[in-house]
Amino acid sequence: MAHEATMSPLAHADDHHGEHHESPNVFGFWLYLMTDCVLFGSIFAAFAVLRNQFAGGPSGKELFDLTNVGIETAILLFSSITYGFASLNALAKNKKMVLLWLAVTFVLGVSFVGLELNEFSSMIAEGNGPDRSAFLSAFFTLVGTHGLHVTCGLIWMVVLMVQMMGPQDLSERMMNKLACLSLFWHFLDIVWICVFSFVYLAGVM
Amino acid sequence: MLGKLSLSAIPLDVPILVGTFIGVAVIGLAVLGAVTYYGKWGYLWRDWLTTVDHKRLAVMYIILAIVMLFRGFADAIMMRTQLALAYKGNPGYLPPHHYDQIFSAHGTIMIFFMAMAFMTGLMNLVVPLQIGARDVAFPFLNSLSFYMTLVGALLINISLFIGEFAQCGWLVYPPLSEMQFSPGVGVDYYIWAVQISGVGTLLTGVNFFTTIVKMRAPGMGWMQMPVFTWTAFCTTVLIMVSFPVLTVTLALLSLDRYLGMHFFTNDAGGNVMLYLSMIWTWGHPEVYILVIPAFGVFSEVTATFSQKPLFGYKTMVYATCSIMVLSFVVWVHHFFTMGAGANVNTFFGIMTMIIAVPTGVKIFNWLFTMYKGRVEFTAPMHWTLGFMITFSIGGMTGVMLAMPAADWILHNSLFLIAHFHNVIIGGVYFGYIAGMGFWFPKAFGFKLNEAWGKRAFWCWFVGFYLAFIPLYVLGLEGMTRRMNHYDNPDWYPWMLVAEVGAIVIALGIVCQLTQLYVSIRDRNLPENLDLTGDPWNGRTLEWSISSPPPAYNFAVIPDIHGLDTFHTEKQLGLKAHGKPLAPIHMPKNTSAGVFIGLFSFILGFASIWYIWWLAAIGLIGIVATMILRSANRDVDYYVPVSEIEHNEEVYSRRIAAAQAAE
Amino acid sequence: MTQAPTTTMTGDSHGSYPSYLIGFVLAVILTVASFAAVMTHALSPGMTMAALTVLAVVQIVVHLVFFLHMNTSTEQSWNLMCFIFAAASVIVIIGGTIFIMHDTAINMMSR
Repeated sequence: MAHEATMSPLAHADDHHGEHHESPNVFGFWLYLMTDCVLFGSIFAAFAVLRNQFAGGPSGKELFDLTNVGIETAILLFSSITYGFASLNALAKNKKMVLLWLAVTFVLGVSFVGLELNEFSSMIAEGNGPDRSAFLSAFFTLVGTHGLHVTCGLIWMVVLMVQMMGPQDLSERMMNKLACLSLFWHFLDIVWICVFSFVYLAGVM
Repeated sequence: MLGKLSLSAIPLDVPILVGTFIGVAVIGLAVLGAVTYYGKWGYLWRDWLTTVDHKRLAVMYIILAIVMLFRGFADAIMMRTQLALAYKGNPGYLPPHHYDQIFSAHGTIMIFFMAMAFMTGLMNLVVPLQIGARDVAFPFLNSLSFYMTLVGALLINISLFIGEFAQCGWLVYPPLSEMQFSPGVGVDYYIWAVQISGVGTLLTGVNFFTTIVKMRAPGMGWMQMPVFTWTAFCTTVLIMVSFPVLTVTLALLSLDRYLGMHFFTNDAGGNVMLYLSMIWTWGHPEVYILVIPAFGVFSEVTATFSQKPLFGYKTMVYATCSIMVLSFVVWVHHFFTMGAGANVNTFFGIMTMIIAVPTGVKIFNWLFTMYKGRVEFTAPMHWTLGFMITFSIGGMTGVMLAMPAADWILHNSLFLIAHFHNVIIGGVYFGYIAGMGFWFPKAFGFKLNEAWGKRAFWCWFVGFYLAFIPLYVLGLEGMTRRMNHYDNPDWYPWMLVAEVGAIVIALGIVCQLTQLYVSIRDRNLPENLDLTGDPWNGRTLEWSISSPPPAYNFAVIPDIHGLDTFHTEKQLGLKAHGKPLAPIHMPKNTSAGVFIGLFSFILGFASIWYIWWLAAIGLIGIVATMILRSANRDVDYYVPVSEIEHNEEVYSRRIAAAQAAE
Repeated sequence: MTQAPTTTMTGDSHGSYPSYLIGFVLAVILTVASFAAVMTHALSPGMTMAALTVLAVVQIVVHLVFFLHMNTSTEQSWNLMCFIFAAASVIVIIGGTIFIMHDTAINMMSR
């Protein structure tokens, strides 16, 4: 994953022209997110083509529980601002509060993944797994890819919290990593907007 | 315990493979033995395998590309020989099961591991030097990208000796590639090799885009950027936009195969045609990812060896950018016959034809650059001229294929095969070889032998026409691609001519090897040494420093005042900057890339053979290495001024020696 | 913006408590509107789909501005340009795929 882009010693920071070059790490990570955007776009394209191929199996209307989706959405929205608060505290160099808000974000993230796994497992238990129809293949893949990204973000969050307690503290390098994770986390929220709008809500219509 | 893997997976019953294995083993042992005998393991590990230096990674990429060229060409000449024999009663020497693997491997290897690796190598070598940067934006990621590419190449070659390779063409179309029809490990080898190297390519794209956007020397605006860097920039954009689509498409295919999903299956609502649309959404930009940097090489070579500025620099830039954009909206022309309506086919047909316009602009720019120039007919210039003729022909047959009505007749015939080899050999390959000859002295400090370079060119040039013009004819006569055997007496003589062409191309490759051998043997002859760092009277920044450049490239980052600043200053006799030296901040070498590559290999190999515990080890290893790497704070160092001063002094003494020799 | 400018974050703006809260409130309103549009069956299916699309696009912009701090300052220009290019590519991919596959489905009677 591109967040390991730890080096940027060569941007002309020691520039003799006084020109300001920002660290390329965050920009590079933003680019990675753009490629991720295309990745999700392709899965959405596949979903759009296969969305009505039920093959005699259940449709979204029969499967989706909007209450569950609503709770998941609320959790992700909350986790977005809690991460925002962590970022603000990092700028204020208030490490304890950063750790606290990250922990809150982490708990929210874990409960999101838990709810999603619960939804998946109950669907599979009823015989409506991803191998049932092309529609379900596309559904599980699209939502699962988002969930997988959230899981990666959670692992990354734990790593950063541990590292922050160690010698890296709130060094400039750590600030860069926090900024990258921030982009990642908020980006996943944007993907989720498309998921709940075009998969769940459009699916039960 | 070992999943699907057992001793019977080793194809001991195929004599060709056993012979190949013995050959590879002997060469491999000889190389390993030589390294051990000369005690070079430490040197190899410290200075090459763990390097983050873009110039050394470039060399490793190009070595990989050349090795893969041998593999891909061996496949090619085997296919041609089969078709020269397999006429009427003669079944040839390759049974269909083996032949199908060969044409699949040929395409996959040539595109992903020859052309892509070669292109990434050239970009690595040249781009940071041309923009006055000390390395790429993310040196560690650069090393990681290389190992991802290498792992992909290893997996695909291991499929020769353990198991089998895919038998459904280089883009493994379903439903043939689905579990139902390809239950073996061949398609899995394909998927994992391409996926892993695809991640590497994607990271390269991000890396070089950031480098070009953020790390140009002060004063270098967009319209002061050398053309090769411009083309590299457009290629990185295409990589970032298209490779995620490839990742998704192959991931969906693997979900079908591994988890029984129904994206591209015949039953349960799967849609085979969706695969075609998705894979070509990546596949068409991919073609331009390969050829656009080759256009950049030709621009640099033509301008330098015509001793004139490039004609129409701005139109060249605009043409490159429009090709970049257009290449993303033409993908249907690969499957006009699929059955979409006239409106879809018309739209994509017209878009395809429009691409010929900016490409034509480029051809005229190169021609006008040579017009009234003092053209030096060096080996790279030979490749360039050969390209202009060959590529124009290929482009014109491309426009023919862009007409849906004509494509309905020519689709999947040898006419198509002739067309894309015409543009890929005549465009991409000629370009990369021209680039290798052009920048070789920059990487190693001595020139490649001219005579053998020209012999190689003539063999390739003549061999190409002998091998592929017959395929145009055969295509018009109705011969389809991927055929193992035929009975039509009209085709037979043309297949024989094509076989002769393949043999002439083989001679070209022998000449290239001889060229390398002779050049290395005679590297210390005064006429071969590149003491000044500017052997061709070059125009761009990479020629302003010593050959090979120091690890930090530029002792002082140059100031740019316009296009070809280095050449202008040289003409005016301006002395280089007198700016004071300062310690240079550089990244340290790291073994993290090697280990992530190793664990990716384990992950890929284990997943191909369904050895799930081993795959878990691979995955955990990758994550653990990344976490350890991100905890490592000892990642950089400073080059002291004394060392820079010493290097600069050596360089000026070499320049003085070169001037005295004149 | 009370913080001194640093080179570490995405640009010159890092948000503030009020901006995060404004973004949050807007996002909640838009999300609820989407859910309500579907659950109340107030609109025809076509109109509901259009409403969902508009609400999603607006909410994406809200997230970009208030959570990802995207703006038109010069330091952000490359980030913004890359985003626009990526969004355009996604539209080409999704739109193109639907265009092609829909047409094929009609011609080949595959659905």
